[in-house]
Amino acid sequence: MAFVELRSIRKRHSDKEILKGVSLEIQQGELISIVGPSGSGKTTLLRLIDGLDFPDSGEILIGGTRLTKETAPAIRPNVGMVFQNTVLFDASVYENVAYSLRFRGLPNDLIRQKVEAALSLVVLKDLAKRSALTLSGGEAQRVALARVLVYDPDLILLDEPTANLDPANTLIIEGALRNANLQGKTIVLVTHNIFQARRLAKRVGLLLEGEMVEVQETERFFNSPMDQRTRRFISGDLVY
Amino acid sequence: MGGIEIFLDGISKAFGLILSSDPEVLGITALSLKVSVVATMVGAAFGVPLGFLIASRSFCGRSLLVAVINTFMGVPPVVVGLVVYLILSSSGPLGFLRILYTPQAMILAQTLLTFPVVCGLTISSILGLDPNLKETLQSLSAPKLWEAAILLRESRIGLIAAVIAAFGAAISEVGAIMMVGGNILGYTRALTTAIMLYTNTGEFALAIALGIILLTVSFGINLLLTVLQIKYRKRR
Repeated sequence: MAFVELRSIRKRHSDKEILKGVSLEIQQGELISIVGPSGSGKTTLLRLIDGLDFPDSGEILIGGTRLTKETAPAIRPNVGMVFQNTVLFDASVYENVAYSLRFRGLPNDLIRQKVEAALSLVVLKDLAKRSALTLSGGEAQRVALARVLVYDPDLILLDEPTANLDPANTLIIEGALRNANLQGKTIVLVTHNIFQARRLAKRVGLLLEGEMVEVQETERFFNSPMDQRTRRFISGDLVY
Repeated sequence: MGGIEIFLDGISKAFGLILSSDPEVLGITALSLKVSVVATMVGAAFGVPLGFLIASRSFCGRSLLVAVINTFMGVPPVVVGLVVYLILSSSGPLGFLRILYTPQAMILAQTLLTFPVVCGLTISSILGLDPNLKETLQSLSAPKLWEAAILLRESRIGLIAAVIAAFGAAISEVGAIMMVGGNILGYTRALTTAIMLYTNTGEFALAIALGIILLTVSFGINLLLTVLQIKYRKRR
């Protein structure tokens, strides 16, 4: 049984249909990347999996449990999401990461150990005392990843985590994701950077205008895609 | 004596009164401070939580409610004084409390002035936060109380501004406390009501002296709150 299962998901915002019957199965421990141009519905898809919004029709199952308004509070603690537009709290880097554990009522000693470990993973231990609002974009995104990694969720969702970041920050984030995946975390990486998808993912899916065009093993996706639109997207012929 | 002379005489009298620790002036100043500080604190104790609830929840009629609160932010103190007077007068619904012409009545009247100021500015402050903040907290599974605590913390500069504005409204108003306090010497006479009395009786220098003390007290409290505000801003 798949760890995450999307069955014919449809979602509409005002008069526009954002997702048009998306189905997808993600296995436990898999790192899958969803690529596609801006406005194709990638962020909406992640928000639905995180239970921040709910589909108009279709269903989402996580670990066999149907995600609904009622079940979301119980499922969400095992899901972590890194948003494209990271919002950090007006507190130190340490506190930003510690909050995730304070919400879960952990004792201070354990919080300290876990926060230090999470900050080490994203190479931010030296900045623990800095105000999070003074960080660069790349550092802020690393804090956002650390505050998810710190509570050890089984499913990690990332929305363009390295968009507009320099190579050094991108490498650190990609390294942390590889590490998390090696530890068995299921990762859904939304990106419009096809090179990043190729570097990290085991499978890649193309979402185009709310439709999941195709999902393939990474090499096959890039070397012999089934759909003409995928070929055009990879080659850069699909202008967006 | 011309206007300038009266003013200069007032300044000199102010220093004289302050330096001599005149018990009457000290009593008037202490009462003004007590009434306005308590009214601000009570207004904040109710205004901040209610403002937070209104700003963080969607419900039918919210815009109308916010418009009503914003309107009450500018309510004339004399109107509040009249309403509180009618409520506390012997034939009023709370007449049995027998607190008309007491400092308690003055606190009640000023609380009705500070509450909408704090509530309205808290609503603006919370609504002005990045909408992604709430979603981030939801995604991190923050319990409701934590969510409220963090959102209030994030808007603390705005909340301090709300308290500053409320205290300013309280300490400077005269209409409400005059009506419900009665300006009784040694009991309900505050700085503003005393200034009004001395102006009416032609004791301009004394009125100016009390005005300077009022400004100094108000400046002291505002300076304290502003330093706190700047401290938070600098940490960013």
